[in-house]
Amino acid sequence: MALRGNLRDFTITQLLNLINLAKKTGTLVIEGPGDFAWVAFREGKLAYAQIGREDNSLAAILQRSSKISAAQYRMIKERASNMTDKELGLLLINAGYLNQSDILDSLQQYFIGVVRRLFTWVEGTFRFEADQLPPSGLIPVRIDLENLIIEGARQLREWEQLQEEIPSLDMALKFMDRPGTNLRNINLSVEEWRVVSYVNPKNTMRQIAQATKMNDLEIRRVIYGLLQAGLVEIVRPGGATLTNQRMFPTTNKEEQKSLVNRLINRIRSI
Amino acid sequence: MQTVKIVVTGPFNAGKTEFIRSVSEIDVVSTERKISAEAEKVKSTTTVAMDFGRITVDDDLVLYLFGTPGQKRFDFMWEILSEGMLGFVVLVDSSRPETFREARTILETFRAYAPTPYVVAANKQDKEDAWDLEDMRVALRLDSKVKFLPVVATDKEKVKKVLLELLYSILAEMEAGGS
Ligand SMILES: Nc1nc2c(ncn2[C@@H]2O[C@H](COP(=O)(O)OP(=O)(O)OP(=O)(O)O)[C@@H](O)[C@H]2O)c(=O)[nH]1
Ligand SMILES: [Mg+2]
Repeated sequence: MALRGNLRDFTITQLLNLINLAKKTGTLVIEGPGDFAWVAFREGKLAYAQIGREDNSLAAILQRSSKISAAQYRMIKERASNMTDKELGLLLINAGYLNQSDILDSLQQYFIGVVRRLFTWVEGTFRFEADQLPPSGLIPVRIDLENLIIEGARQLREWEQLQEEIPSLDMALKFMDRPGTNLRNINLSVEEWRVVSYVNPKNTMRQIAQATKMNDLEIRRVIYGLLQAGLVEIVRPGGATLTNQRMFPTTNKEEQKSLVNRLINRIRSI
Repeated sequence: MQTVKIVVTGPFNAGKTEFIRSVSEIDVVSTERKISAEAEKVKSTTTVAMDFGRITVDDDLVLYLFGTPGQKRFDFMWEILSEGMLGFVVLVDSSRPETFREARTILETFRAYAPTPYVVAANKQDKEDAWDLEDMRVALRLDSKVKFLPVVATDKEKVKKVLLELLYSILAEMEAGGS
């Protein structure tokens, strides 16, 4: 049976659960809104992960986890570009520069990080290529999926909750008019600042998400925080007021008012 | 004949059908069904498509009241029902705090459909375990600008008051909108 479908019907967490329980071997290919990802498994354990074009060579991963410096990274890229990850790993260990667990930890943390990022992909398609494994020459890792599944399930609940709180991204945000709140005195994260800089009744939340390159989950999470802090409120985009003419059988303002007044008088008399 | 409509929405079992029944001059044309889902055995029938009530204003004006189905699986009807509405009422069962969160979501969803005025009404205020309005306002996270009124859906006078407050808001908005 071909394992393929839509992330809206089958979440990343459910997929991991399936792969874990069935001890599957192969590569999960995910096409998200803006990127592709490849996650490989060996007998139900996470073995490898790649997101988009992100450099996931051993050198890049070691640099990200600060095990080697940027200069060392550049040197390896220049001088040892034809070396496989396995060879590079052995070289670094033999040179006494790193030990095996430094290398394995960095790889595991990186792959787990990729899967965590995938949890925020709630739109997209997936397919599982059975028995397809990453190229040889990579350092084999085996990461249990259980903890990731628990984490993913927790995120899924968060996602559902955020969707309840912010059902539509087509609404806009505006600052609460509360004199005395000074934005400068509030500790905002970098992400929150980025969103805050776009807060304006003219911008829908969807537009803010596009401008800040956040996906549906990330933007909702940040906005939820801002709502909780009482900094912003949800408003209609463009500060639109009653303009919808289908509401009334007439477009004449005076007739509309008279109509509402007639309704008021009638209901009073019921 | 001119027609206008107001939508009455809220979570499952909030009292929407009852609310419309109290003021409608026709028997509410309701699409009630026996409830099968075990989880929702709170009562024996529920609205599946909509409730439909009518108030004739004069020879050439009729107000229709549409009640939305409360169960989530019928929420595809919401957008259709909200089209062209003058405003809407969100009813909340004051004695069931477990539905407050959903009421909030429904409110946000309807607000996204149309820029019309709305009021929120705390229904079943006659029940002993009904929450106080001040507490509900906080739990529902309603801004102080939002009209929030107590109601008992079976009490015509109280229902009238809710509808009137909505109409006052509509009028106020029209006046503010500059004509
Ligand atoms: N005590 C009391 N009971 C009420 C009140 N309003 C409604 N009820 C009761 O609450 C129950 C639900 O009322 P409905 O009018 O069917 O609620 P609804 O919102 O139309 O429900 P759904 O269509 O299933 O979502 C019924 O048993 C009503 O008699 C009220 O103000 N006070
Ligand atoms: Mg009903």
